[in-house]
This record gives sequence, structure tokens and C-alpha cells, in this order.
Amino acid sequence: MQYEVVIGLEIHAQLKTETKIFCGCKTSFGDTANSHGCPVCLGLPGALPVMNRQAVEMAVLAGLATDCEIRDKSIFARKNYFYPDLPKGYQISQYDQPICEGGHLDIEVDGQTKRLGVTRIHLEEDAGKLVHDQDIDSLFDVNRCGTPLIEIVSEPDMRSPQEAYAYLTKMKKILQYIDVSDCNMEEGSLRCDANISLRPFGQVKLGTKRELKNMNSFSNVVKALEYEIEVQREILDSGGKIIQETLLWDANKNCTSSMRTKEDAHDYRYFPDPDLVPLMVPDSKIEEVRASMPELPVAKEIRFAKEYNLDNEAVMILTDSIALADYFEAVAKGCGDVKMASNWVMSDVLRILKEKQCKITDLKITAKRLSDLLALIKSDKISASAGKKVFNAIEEQDKEPSVLVDELGLAQVSDTGALEAVMVKIFADNPSEVERFKGGDKKLTAFFVGQAMKATQGKANPKEINVIIGKLLG
Amino acid sequence: MSFFDTSVAEIVKAVQSGTVTAAELVEKSLAAIAEKNEEINAFITVCSDEARARAKEIDALSAEQKSTMVLCGIPIAVKDNISTKGIQTTSGSKILKGYTPPYDADSVERIIAAGAIIVGKTNLDEFAMGSSNENSAYGIVRNPRNTNAVPGGSSGGSAAAVAADMVPLALGSDTGGSIRQPASHCGIVGIKPTYGMVSRYGLIAYASSLDQIGPMGNSVEDCALLLSVIAGDDRRDSTNARKTYSNDAFSSVKGKKIGLPAEYFGEGLTDEVRAIIDEKKAKLVEAGAELVTVHLPHVSHAIATYYVIATAEASSNLSRFDGVKFGHRAEGTTSLIDMYKKTRAEGFGEEVKKRIMLGTYVLSSGYYDAYYLKAAQVRTLITQDFENAFKECNLILSPVTPAPAFMIGEKTSDPIQMYLTDIYTVSANLAGIPGISVPAGEVNGLPVGAQLMAPKWGEKGMLDAAKIIS
Repeated sequence: MQYEVVIGLEIHAQLKTETKIFCGCKTSFGDTANSHGCPVCLGLPGALPVMNRQAVEMAVLAGLATDCEIRDKSIFARKNYFYPDLPKGYQISQYDQPICEGGHLDIEVDGQTKRLGVTRIHLEEDAGKLVHDQDIDSLFDVNRCGTPLIEIVSEPDMRSPQEAYAYLTKMKKILQYIDVSDCNMEEGSLRCDANISLRPFGQVKLGTKRELKNMNSFSNVVKALEYEIEVQREILDSGGKIIQETLLWDANKNCTSSMRTKEDAHDYRYFPDPDLVPLMVPDSKIEEVRASMPELPVAKEIRFAKEYNLDNEAVMILTDSIALADYFEAVAKGCGDVKMASNWVMSDVLRILKEKQCKITDLKITAKRLSDLLALIKSDKISASAGKKVFNAIEEQDKEPSVLVDELGLAQVSDTGALEAVMVKIFADNPSEVERFKGGDKKLTAFFVGQAMKATQGKANPKEINVIIGKLLG
Repeated sequence: MSFFDTSVAEIVKAVQSGTVTAAELVEKSLAAIAEKNEEINAFITVCSDEARARAKEIDALSAEQKSTMVLCGIPIAVKDNISTKGIQTTSGSKILKGYTPPYDADSVERIIAAGAIIVGKTNLDEFAMGSSNENSAYGIVRNPRNTNAVPGGSSGGSAAAVAADMVPLALGSDTGGSIRQPASHCGIVGIKPTYGMVSRYGLIAYASSLDQIGPMGNSVEDCALLLSVIAGDDRRDSTNARKTYSNDAFSSVKGKKIGLPAEYFGEGLTDEVRAIIDEKKAKLVEAGAELVTVHLPHVSHAIATYYVIATAEASSNLSRFDGVKFGHRAEGTTSLIDMYKKTRAEGFGEEVKKRIMLGTYVLSSGYYDAYYLKAAQVRTLITQDFENAFKECNLILSPVTPAPAFMIGEKTSDPIQMYLTDIYTVSANLAGIPGISVPAGEVNGLPVGAQLMAPKWGEKGMLDAAKIIS
């Protein structure tokens, strides 16, 4: 039987705030274990949470970027359960009155735009980290306790793992654009759970869903969903019933295992946290946050395609991050040649970023230097191949392009008199080729240019040489 | 002659002027504790060394420095659910035996800065859950006025410490009457401030939306002074209202309307207590106040509402006592779940377990709407009852308890009877308004208090009237 696949996603993104959501401890990742703790995030008796303003602003920004309604009053609730990584025995989260609701996100599927619903975005605190690699005991690290998270819940609007992938990619791009999260799945600053069910085509009622957890990359989300679709299809085809269940994806074995069934699902006993007053976000605050919103990915993509006449692939590569897009725009404007700028950024700049594993802002070849370099090439001061040498030299030596052109002696010889002398000597040394050229074998132009390059160590301007050949032998 | 026979303000003046030293006051307090605490059991921890060291520091201060300290040299007792840096804080529970907080509660920071000297941590019903101080893991507290009687609870240790002249002042906490009821039973003054006036930072939570720290002392003046010290802005408590209390001179109650809730003078109130409250009515009228009858139609549901909300919050607040990071951990356990279960089974007393179970139940899926949500709605109605009543009057006068202190063991087998002793006090917590208990008379040698309640932030007017009836 043919089934329609129904997928909804829950994304947890760590916010890039300076300090934790309810206390003044730092949020830095990778620091010495238990170096960022205090009575509040350790859940000591009598300690009380205080809301972090920056976390609220980031949640509002995420809500606005996904066209959510921002609640003027939202409520924090306690989610009660026991676990050693949860010092208070409850997680402070939001339940029936989250800060953002009813947004959407557009993705491209087979050239068509599809609108996916964002049910809600709410604020909550992260738990601590447990390390289980000891002989008997487990170790606890408080550093992550109280790191602010936003949980972004989608509507069950996705109909294939590919749509889920597109949604994730898009959401990540937005969160990075608005600079609220690093979205690094390996470091755990972005986590994704998926709810998936199947139903016969045409059926309105949703099938029983199962939840997939523990996917550590977007491609693993796709793999896990594809795997689960087959599992559910087999169960349904053989007349079985899907039982609501939470499953863990094993990326090494490429399969899932059961974490818990509905019977042993927690009763979290949510209730409003009496330690926190309702969170009020007045319109003036929303407008203040809206004013700080950068150009969002979709707007930038459309503008790049139109303004720079770039194909879709180039648009997607160049708008991957705001930093790269800004870099490209500065180079294009600086050198006045969009085509040249996009080619160099997409090939050489991306190559060097990959090699150095650094941020674009850390490159020695700044947008200004690259546009200066490209201007040198465009004005025939240096050849394109000399340009590549200068490019690498800038990154190695941290010097201006013009300085390196001189130091490396790469200035192109365009002096007609000097080049004519060189050519006269080449013609004298190669009389038979000259004869054949005069006899109509114009392909020998390349031979003469090659000889000229050899004689000038690559510095001759090929255009000039062509002119001279035509003049002397034509 | 006792130093504590006079007002705290007078003692402070004596310390500031050098006629008495902080060291002398601390020795006097420690001597009284040494003499009486074995029987009364008001203190769980006596911190003699710390108190003596602090007294030395204070005595070494210049006259100018002392002059800014409104509690300069005053020995004070702190209820053991209020965190004190470096001093064991048990909340009356075995599960926190040996737990030493790395930080001071806001109110503790404030009393220390004002020159008070903490001589010890007082006994209480475990996690402030109780009305008789019979629920402490550190033994029952006896009423100094009759050692066979309970001192009331949960701030029974603080009340007994003041009543037995061990200290002139103490900090208590009040969730449903836990300052006012023991104050009444021990014959002292106790104030439950408006919710949000005193920071809860460092108070080990029982029911966060009801808990409030407040002063306990021998007189309205002493309590007003302590209230002015502990009230104020604290950004570490989101429910703190950032209000201060200024200890101004008392004003007249002339022309003030004193409301008498019809619901509080009906069935259940003993004739003896009723007679004592009647005397206080007369005193207020004598001072120029006017009596009016008011109605609080929903307060008959106050006890039920209180026990749903308080236990719900408590069930969550007490989840952190899991044996993982601090306090008691059961030994010889076989798994994480086993460790949780045994730790909590061993660490918590019966009353606490009962309330955790009740609170867990009322928050459970399928029961939330019928219990917690309904209780929250009734709470709103009770709050509105008081708002409406305060349109008719400036203050409300009522009993604190239906009867004086009962005998130890008398009500332990009847929890409903025990819970009903809070019938006149819980509503102030539900409504977030202030209340004070003032000694008003005696029944069979046991003290009985009168209660005044005021609208939110109406402490000043409340204390003016309290001064009249005290």
C-alpha cells in the first residue's frame, strides 16, 4: 500500500548569550568541567532563578525571523522529573503559554516553494552533562546547566525526509543569520528530534507517531527517518498497529532501539513556576528587536540573484553565511566585476577557509585585499596566473597585493617596445615557424605566446603579444 | 536586670554608646541558651564561636561605624530554613543534616550588615510543614510558657527562643501562618510581611508563592525595626517587589475602619479567644477607630486551597533533595532509582512525605484541572474577597488561632484538626497580604494572640493598630 509520510521536527538550539538563562555564570563551551557553577545553576536550597534579558531578546528575534506571533505575556513552567543531570529535579521551561507561536518557514521542494508551519518557539534551560566513562561512578559537569535553549516545534507538515532536511537547513541558516545560535550539532548546540507517522493517502486522521532521538547530524536525521518509514510501512503492510514509542537512532549500526513506550512515558506534572513572574514583552521591545533584525536568508538570496545576476548554485553558496555574503559583496563592489568576484570567492576563498578551518574574518586575504588583487588582474597589471600566486602569498605573508607583486616580480610586461624586442628575437630563432605562420597556420600564435612567456618568466601581457605578432608577421 | 527587658532600639543605643558591649550581649544570650535549650530545644545549631568572633568585630568598630548599624550588637536567632554561609542549615530535615550553604540568604546578609549577631539556627517543623513543631527531625520544641504545650509551628523554635529570653529577635518564615501562629502560642509578636517585601533568596522553599520571611520579637516596635532591615530590593528574587519599609513613628488609628470578617467569628472559635478579641475591639474603638463587619465569602475554602497549592509547589521544590549533590544519600543502593528511593525514604519525615505525595497527586495528568487549577482559581476569589473587604475597611482584626496552644501529642493523630489551627492565617498567604500576631491575653495560662491584616504594602497602618492593642 502507498502511505503518506508525516513528519514534525523539534529543534533545540543553544542561545549564544554571555551568561546562563537564570544566573550570571558564563555559558562557554569546552571549558574545564565544573568551572561555571553557582547556587542557582547548582540548584542549591534557597537559590532562585532570574530571567536573562538577552535570552528573551534572542527568542523574540527567532520568533520574528520565522513570522511567529510574540506573546506579550508568557509563562515559565516547571517540568518535573528526576535525573542526575538536572540539579533541581525539574527543568524550567515553557508549557501552555510559550513566548512565540504560529510562525512558518518556506522551503524549496522540486523548484516549488512549500510553506511549513512553526507551531511554537519556547525558552528553557539546558541540563548538565554526565560522563559515564568511569569504572563505577558517573561524573557530573555543571557547566551546561542553565544554558539557555530555544525549542522550535514544527507543525507535522513535512512529507518526506528530504523536506525535513530542507527545513533543518533553512532553520539553521536563519538562526545563524540572526546570530542567536552556533547551531553546531557536534558540540550539541543544535539538537533535533523527529516525530513521524504514516497514513494511507487521502486519510485525514494522522497515524500513530513515533519519536526519533539522538541524531547527531542532518544526514543522520534523513537516514533515521528513511529507516523508520520502512519499519512503519512493514508493520502496517503486515496488518500490525504502530505503538507510540520513543526511539534512539544508532548512527554506527544504522538502526533504532526503543527508549521508552507510552506506558512508561513521564508525567512531567507541568505547573507555572512560582519563582518566576510572567514574562512581559511589550510591543516597544518587539519593535526594538525587529529593528535589529539583519537581512534574512530568503531576502538575501532573492537580492543576490537579481542584483548580481548569479545562478542559483552561486547564490546558495555565497549566502551560506552573512559573513561570506558580506565578503563577496565587498569584493564585487571593490573590483567592479561580479563574475570575477564570485569565481574567486567560491573557489580560492572557500578553499583557503577549508584548509585553515578558520572564520572568514580571520583571513589575511581580506575583502579589501582581494578586491585590490582582482583590480590588478583586471587592469592587466598582473596575469591571472600571477594573481593566484599573489593570493596565496597574501595569506602566508599578510602583506598588501601591490607590495607582493613587486616583491615577487610578477608585474606584467606591457611595454610594447620591450615586448617587440623579445618577439623579434623569437622570430629570428624560429624561422620555420614564422614561415608556416605566414603560410596560414594561425594556430602557431599559441606557440609564439608560449615562447614569449618563457622568455619573460610569465610576465608578458598575452594581449600585447598577440597585437605584436599581428603587427610584425601580419 | 535583663538586657532584653528593654526594647531592641534601647539595647542598640547602649551598644552604640558603649555602655554595654556586643560581647556581653552575646554571652548573655549564649548563657540563656545553655540554661534553657536542653528543655525547650529551640535551637538546632548554636554558633557560639562565630557569634563571639562577630561580637569582637563589632565591639572593635568606631562609634561612627556603630552609629549606622540599627541592630548593632543584637543577638538574633535565624530559623533553620534560611541559608547561612558556613553554618549548617537543615530545614529541620534529616536529608539536610550536615549541609552547609556556601552563601547567605538576602535577609541574613541584611541583618549582619545591620550589626546583628547570629547566635544560632532555630528548630522548625521539617521544611516548615507543620503547626506544632512536632515534625522536626531534631526533636520537638516545647512552649516556654508551658513546656507540656506545643510552641506552634513551623517557626516554633524562633518563637520559643524569643519567648524564653534567649534572644530578643528572631527571623521566621510564614507560608500559612508559620510566624503568626507560634507567635500567638508563645506570647510574642510576629509579622508576615506582604508577599514580595522580603527577599526569598536563600529561604529553603516550602511553597514559593506563599513563603515569606518575617520578624519575630517581644514588641511591635522591635519587629518593625527588624522588618525595616530585612525588607527591600533584591534582584536575585524575581518575586521581590523592590519595596522598602521605613521604621517611622507610630500614627494614630483615629478614623480608621477596622473590619471584622463575619466568617472568622462564627463556629469553631472558642469563647475564651472570642472574649479576648472583643477586648481588643474595644481598645481600638477607644483609640478612635470604627468597627465594621466585612465578608470574605470564599475563605471557607482557604484551608483546602492552601493544601493543594502548597503541597503542589512543595512536591516540586523538594525534588532537589535527591542524594546526588548535597545532603543525605542512602548507602548500599543498587541503582540510580534505588538510590533516589532510599535516600528520600530515609531522609524525609512522615509529614513531608505525605505532602509530597499529595502535591504530586494534584499536579498529575488527569487531576491537574480538578485540583491545582481549581485551587488557583479559588485563590483568586479569596484574593478578591480581601480586595473587596478592604474597600470597606482599612484593616481586618481576627483571631490568630481558634484556641491557645494544645498539648504536645494532642493532635498528632488527627491531621485535619491540626490543619484547622491555621484557619485564620492561611488566607493572608493566599492573598499575599501582610498579617501580624500580637499578644492579646491568656487562656489557662497560655497566651493568645490577636491578628491584624492589611492590604498589600499596608504594613505601616497595620503596625499602628498593632501598637494600640499590644
